[in-house]
Amino acid sequence: MFATAIIVFREVLEASLIIGILAAATRSVPNSRRWLIAGVIAGLAGSGLVAAFTDVIGSLANGIGQEIFNSIVLGIAVLMLAWHNIWMSSHGAALAASAKSVGRNISDGTSECSILLVIVGIAVLREGSETVLFLYGIAASNDGGQSSMMLGGMIGMLAGIAVGYTLYAGLLRVPMRWFFTATGILVLLLAAGMASQAAHFLIQADLLPSLAAPLWDTSAVLPESGLPGMLLHSLVGYDSRPAGMQIVFYLTALITIFIGMKLASRPRQTSI
Amino acid sequence: MKRLLLVALLLPIAAHADEYTLTIKDHKFQPAEFTIPSGTKIRLRIENQDATPEEFDSYALNREKVIAGLGTATIFIGPLDAGRYPFTGEFHSATAHGVVVVK
Repeated sequence: MFATAIIVFREVLEASLIIGILAAATRSVPNSRRWLIAGVIAGLAGSGLVAAFTDVIGSLANGIGQEIFNSIVLGIAVLMLAWHNIWMSSHGAALAASAKSVGRNISDGTSECSILLVIVGIAVLREGSETVLFLYGIAASNDGGQSSMMLGGMIGMLAGIAVGYTLYAGLLRVPMRWFFTATGILVLLLAAGMASQAAHFLIQADLLPSLAAPLWDTSAVLPESGLPGMLLHSLVGYDSRPAGMQIVFYLTALITIFIGMKLASRPRQTSI
Repeated sequence: MKRLLLVALLLPIAAHADEYTLTIKDHKFQPAEFTIPSGTKIRLRIENQDATPEEFDSYALNREKVIAGLGTATIFIGPLDAGRYPFTGEFHSATAHGVVVVK
């Protein structure tokens, strides 16, 4: 039961943290809650589909279909998070100035909401499909003890959601003048971490060279199997034994999005 | 678009790499230990003979991949330094364990 709880917790945690950060970041965007819930539902439906077609996806492209699928999905998520952050940089001041008057930016708000839908949907889809497969495996086996394992799964899921909610509630307590900086940095690091994960899958599929593997090894100090490592992996893309190429992707995403945010937050007249 | 182009350019690399086969049966890896040469990249073919899915997972190798029930998956490993690199079947971590020995 305990092992089951941990596996499900790990899968749910990442999606839950992403949703927690984005829910906080878009709290004053009109209708964002509805879009967020739609994203979760779409992600869950997608999880079932991806889980059902695991074999089909996996056997594409000489057995590396899963890596290609994962890296495309992660690539889309990175672009959406980048877009979100750049959009927030150009509207953050207005959103912060008056949470009530943002209704005037309805058209912009709608595009931001559809991005929210895609990011949340993807986060749930990625982690959800593995959880579905894992729980399906338990349900399909005849080893006995399924009910205790299912209970473990439930506990893991609730614990994962609780951590995401705690982060959300904590972010809402951040004073307004630091709030958009805080959520902006968190989203920036999420995006960089996902870019690194995309590189990880492309290396695993031998579509990219690893450059140096591993570039460092901190698994003895901060293992990814422990809770701090797990949290850091989900939040900032921590990897105890990363390949050099992952760091290249990480830094490229980090710097590119940061420059985009800086340019977007400048007054119109000075932008090129 | 750029990434797709990059992928297309790098595809031929996938051709050269010695292939090793790992079988999953009754939630165990066979062989549970196998040796590969250091400093070379290998192609690992994993055949899941169980009806339930499994996730090949290794922090040491920095690899993770879901293999469908009765499905086959391919991953690339290395080049690695000499040493022992454990892996597990995450969905059945009580029984599914193995080690890649690099010499």
